[in-house]
Amino acid sequence: MNSRSSLRTKLIASPYIVWSVLFIVAPLIFVVYYSFTDASGAFTFENIEALGKYTPTFLRSIWFGIEATIICLIIAFPLAYIISQKTEKVQRTLVMLVMLPMWMSFLIRTYSWMALLQDTGIINSFLGKFGIDPIHMINTEGAVILGMVYNFLPYMIMPIYSVMAKLDHSMVEACQDLGGNRLTVIRKCIIPMSMPGIVSGITMVFVPSVSTFYISQKLGGGSFDLIGDVIERQFQQSYNYNLGASLSLVLMVLILICMAVMNRFSGDEEGMVI
Amino acid sequence: MKNRIVSALLALIIAFVPCAFAFAAEQSEIDALKGTTLYVYNWGEYISDGVDDSLNVNAAFEEKYGINVVYETYDNNEVMYSKLKGGGVSYDIVIPSDYMIQRMITEDMLQPLDFSNIPNYKYIPEKYKNLAHDPENIYSVPYTVGMVGLIYNTAMVEEAPTSWTSLWDENYSNSILMFNNPRDAFAIAQSILGMDYNNESPASWRIAAELLKEQKNISPAYVNDEVFLKMEAGEAAFAPYYAGDFLSMQENNPDLAFVYPEEGVNFFVDGACILKGSKNKLAAELYINFLLEPEVALANAEYICYASPHTEVYSNPEYSYYENDILYPADGQFKTQLFLNLKPEILALMSTLWDDVKNHVPSGTGNSALFFGGDDADVADDGEKMTPEAQKYALYIGIFALICIAYIVFRYARKKYRENI
Repeated sequence: MNSRSSLRTKLIASPYIVWSVLFIVAPLIFVVYYSFTDASGAFTFENIEALGKYTPTFLRSIWFGIEATIICLIIAFPLAYIISQKTEKVQRTLVMLVMLPMWMSFLIRTYSWMALLQDTGIINSFLGKFGIDPIHMINTEGAVILGMVYNFLPYMIMPIYSVMAKLDHSMVEACQDLGGNRLTVIRKCIIPMSMPGIVSGITMVFVPSVSTFYISQKLGGGSFDLIGDVIERQFQQSYNYNLGASLSLVLMVLILICMAVMNRFSGDEEGMVI
Repeated sequence: MKNRIVSALLALIIAFVPCAFAFAAEQSEIDALKGTTLYVYNWGEYISDGVDDSLNVNAAFEEKYGINVVYETYDNNEVMYSKLKGGGVSYDIVIPSDYMIQRMITEDMLQPLDFSNIPNYKYIPEKYKNLAHDPENIYSVPYTVGMVGLIYNTAMVEEAPTSWTSLWDENYSNSILMFNNPRDAFAIAQSILGMDYNNESPASWRIAAELLKEQKNISPAYVNDEVFLKMEAGEAAFAPYYAGDFLSMQENNPDLAFVYPEEGVNFFVDGACILKGSKNKLAAELYINFLLEPEVALANAEYICYASPHTEVYSNPEYSYYENDILYPADGQFKTQLFLNLKPEILALMSTLWDDVKNHVPSGTGNSALFFGGDDADVADDGEKMTPEAQKYALYIGIFALICIAYIVFRYARKKYRENI
């Protein structure tokens, strides 16, 4: 009985196992292989040593990622809470509205932000009608962060919302019965209980923000090189797979470290709720 | 454009005229190709495709020979090269630029063409033959040619520029566009410095990189195809780009003007080549020959807007750009240089220098000097050292990490405290 059910489990899991071996594990092995070899395939640490000069790029990427994640969290948390308080029908509509932009290509949406933010763009010509001088927005750090927030915001809203929608309302009532005011209810009850959603939201925004490459080229005018841009260049322009792979490897390690830190926040959460 | 209709009609006629003459290949061999497939890999928007009553070149070819054409596109030479090198794809025809043709010849990726199957090669004038990238005309047939020049917006620039140094002009801070690829960007710096685009001295490439870093003081935006959107919207005063593309931008923004800077410009030749692995070489040669049919070449020249290396096109008074002095400037007015393949060390150096340029933060921006109090702007020259900007980010990340750690410690302590109660 036991062996049969485990065989069945294996069978059911096999499509995904095959998938992940082919498209996740095998590419990872290639990344590691390329990182430690040179163009002729000989073992070398050269690629890793060459990474030193990209420290500023790494730092910039991580900081931009942190900024974008914090802004996303500040916007998404109240929004997810408000959505979860509506009736089911309204909730469905609001969730659809959040998802709606994702039905269009991310590249096209980023490209259209360019048309919005330019000196002669839609926002500035609108302001111009009221006699306001054009504000220089495109090709700045702010424009890059804006692009990240805009593109990755749904990934923050959705996990937080799905946790909040299932939140046990009797907990909130208990908290109110014990004399908690609104702020206390949010601080002591809602935030701790939606922590799993917040943590996965942070991960889902931070990881793509750090490794993004298109946004900074279009909205930053190519002046705010992020690590994703450098990696893209190694593969597409320079045909230097080895350096590209070692940059990717280090980026993966950095992201893993950040996620390990994040998990510290959700890890002992159960103990905190009660 | 009425001549587009004319050319479409002409092309229909030639499509039905039997082509039994001039080919070395027997008619039966050509007939045997019916139903086979030809894989063509070309630049995006680089063939007349049937919009606005123009000739659909691929459809006309399919109709004439009964050979199916699978047509795919790329954005730049390097993407094409990476895809071919990466393996897993097999095309018959590619149309790369000069230096890439040379690189592919060196790396044994192309096969010699059988010119007896390309009788229309007679339409290519002498000046586009025996060029340095394919000195014996064995591997490539010129498809389009062109030059890079300086586009400027007359609404923003009072005096017509004559020099590439306008791209370094402090009066146009934040409104200058620059090539977002190393080879073209370096070529501009090299023109100003009077260097050869193909020189192989590392020192001179470093000097050119310094000049490109200096340009960051006026914050240029590094662009690829966005140059169309930005120049047409009047977003920037200057942009270096191809003459042919200027003509299509000007249609949308008549304020734009164009000049070939006096220091000299890059001259390019994109040529059709057959790849080593081609399984349908005769069909590929028929295709290249078909591209050189005067009507087809004219339709392509009208569609692409680049200069045509085809005698029957540029001497045809019906052609929209007949004697256009931007596409076909008189010879000898300024220096032109072809890009050639660089040796691997120089290519690698160019890539790293370009990464340095992109990472360079000019002194005077960022408020990091407040924290670190140094006039040490020169450390930015070398990517190995921490730039003021990097120090700023490191500081922010450090503060953020400290807050996180403090919070974790606080929670841990609180938990222990509560457990003890």
